[in-house]
Amino acid sequence: MTINELERTATQVRRDIIRMVHGCQSGHPGGSLGATDIVTALYFDQMDIDPANFRMDGNGEDMFFLSNGHISPMLYSIMARRGYFPVSELATFRRLGTRLQGHPTPMEGLPGIRIASGSLGQGLSVACGAAQAKKLNGDKHLVFVLMGDGEQEEGQIWEGAMYAPAKGVDNLVAIIDYNKKQIDGSTDDVMNLGDLRAKYEAFGWNVVEVSGNNMQAVVNTLKFVRENAFQGKPQLILAHTVMGKGVDFMENNHKWHGSAPNDEQAANALSQLTETLGDY
Amino acid sequence: MDFKIQNQKDTRSGFGEGLLEAGRRNPKVVAFCADLTPSVKMGDFAKEFPERFFQTGIAEANMIDMAAGMALSGFVPFTGTFAAFSTGRVYDQIRQCVAYSNKNVKIAASHAGVTLGEDGATHQILEDIGLMKMLPNMTVIVPCDFNQTKAATIAAAEYEGPVYLRFGRPKVPNFTPADEKFVIGKAQMLQEGTDVTIFACGHLVWKAVQALPILKEMGINAELINIHTIKPLDVEAVLKSVKKTRCVVTAEEHQRNGGLGDSIAQVLALHDPCPMEMVAVNDVFGQSGTPDELLTFFHLDTPDIVEAVKKVVARKQ
Repeated sequence: MTINELERTATQVRRDIIRMVHGCQSGHPGGSLGATDIVTALYFDQMDIDPANFRMDGNGEDMFFLSNGHISPMLYSIMARRGYFPVSELATFRRLGTRLQGHPTPMEGLPGIRIASGSLGQGLSVACGAAQAKKLNGDKHLVFVLMGDGEQEEGQIWEGAMYAPAKGVDNLVAIIDYNKKQIDGSTDDVMNLGDLRAKYEAFGWNVVEVSGNNMQAVVNTLKFVRENAFQGKPQLILAHTVMGKGVDFMENNHKWHGSAPNDEQAANALSQLTETLGDY
Repeated sequence: MDFKIQNQKDTRSGFGEGLLEAGRRNPKVVAFCADLTPSVKMGDFAKEFPERFFQTGIAEANMIDMAAGMALSGFVPFTGTFAAFSTGRVYDQIRQCVAYSNKNVKIAASHAGVTLGEDGATHQILEDIGLMKMLPNMTVIVPCDFNQTKAATIAAAEYEGPVYLRFGRPKVPNFTPADEKFVIGKAQMLQEGTDVTIFACGHLVWKAVQALPILKEMGINAELINIHTIKPLDVEAVLKSVKKTRCVVTAEEHQRNGGLGDSIAQVLALHDPCPMEMVAVNDVFGQSGTPDELLTFFHLDTPDIVEAVKKVVARKQ
């Protein structure tokens, strides 16, 4: 896809996020909007995947795990738009009987989801296991995992962060959605994360930083990590993003971590996001 | 059943041999260990299949979720550490990524119960059966001796779905047939009787076996059933037995709350109420001591089973 096409897709994903969260009056729009560009670039341009023939085992394709499962509206929209399941199903988000549970799960049979997430801090470990499996299978594809920045406060993250370099899991690419916001406020106030880059580098990771809402920069970075995979070290992308990106009154405001817009706010938000691919 | 003791062996070694055999039968079997390889007897597997053995260091949460991630690709991961660190420490990881996600992970839990001995209460988990059986999708297996643990390990590897496999540290009588196939969810009739049913699991099965001749001398013809699979429980076998005996004793190295007795009590209450006594730890933590001392101290020994039987038979009359 061209950068322009990716950007147009991301705009539609952002519309979907607003409409899904508004529709059920619950969910997490802020982080979803901020991480949209990276995951759009992965699914529509950079990952080798076959959505029409989803394989739970992920053998012979790249795999993606969402560790911070609460930004599920973003993932659901992207997966639907990419062809994993009908776009119309986005209307069922968080409603009784849906395959689009509040947090992603494989238990309701939604194609594209391989493991549950929501309780934080676990995705890096899952991705380590999936990456080790690819090595055992001689499968030269990559495993990507997206984590939140607040999630870095979980101790288990650092178990995985220690394992991957120690064992040379060099087919693993971890991404931190570094919007510097979490439920209770800024990460600086809640639990200062310090120098995340230095911390991961000290653990033995190759770290690259990117402006995570700049599509061209994101695509370039994803190309870079693919070229630098299989060189003995896991890679981390520290993606500087803006919580609520694309909706002016949500940007950089942690209050939109887990709140739904009312009718007026939703209309305002949607007026800022062009319908590019047709609403669900 | 012939109750001849073949030898004295630890159930954890049964797991070790079973894991090796499962690994030989199926190249997809892999193993993870959190820095307890000799203790949980994973060394032979690690030696024969080094590329399929993953040392995670003392990081149990990472181990469980890595196993779940690897299970996705069709591997059959076993995780190995003490029961305390296989359950309570990693409950959320098991809940979200193994049970809820229904991944084919086998949680091999050694050193369960008070017979872990001198290390004391921090390591002697007595709540693990309850923690695991509460999880939807989870199968809970508590074999009674070396041979049965080996067979259960092989059966767990062949079964598709999450399994919690609980075994222990000390050498105990090995008495079940070495060639007996382990059927998950099928209670094992060890002795038929008419006056009382003893449902036991794990190390307390042998303690119950030893109670049989004592009870016989007292004129009590006891039925002994080994519930090696706590979940799914063989409800049919339970009800068939109590229909005949009309009273029950359960025996386990676990808390009353959440254990085998609790599962049996639920079946009885729902289907066929009758008098019941529980031989189990009753809402206290363990402590340091030798395994034998601790079984006596916590009233988990043969005399305690005999007393419970006398009491429940009296209640029936």
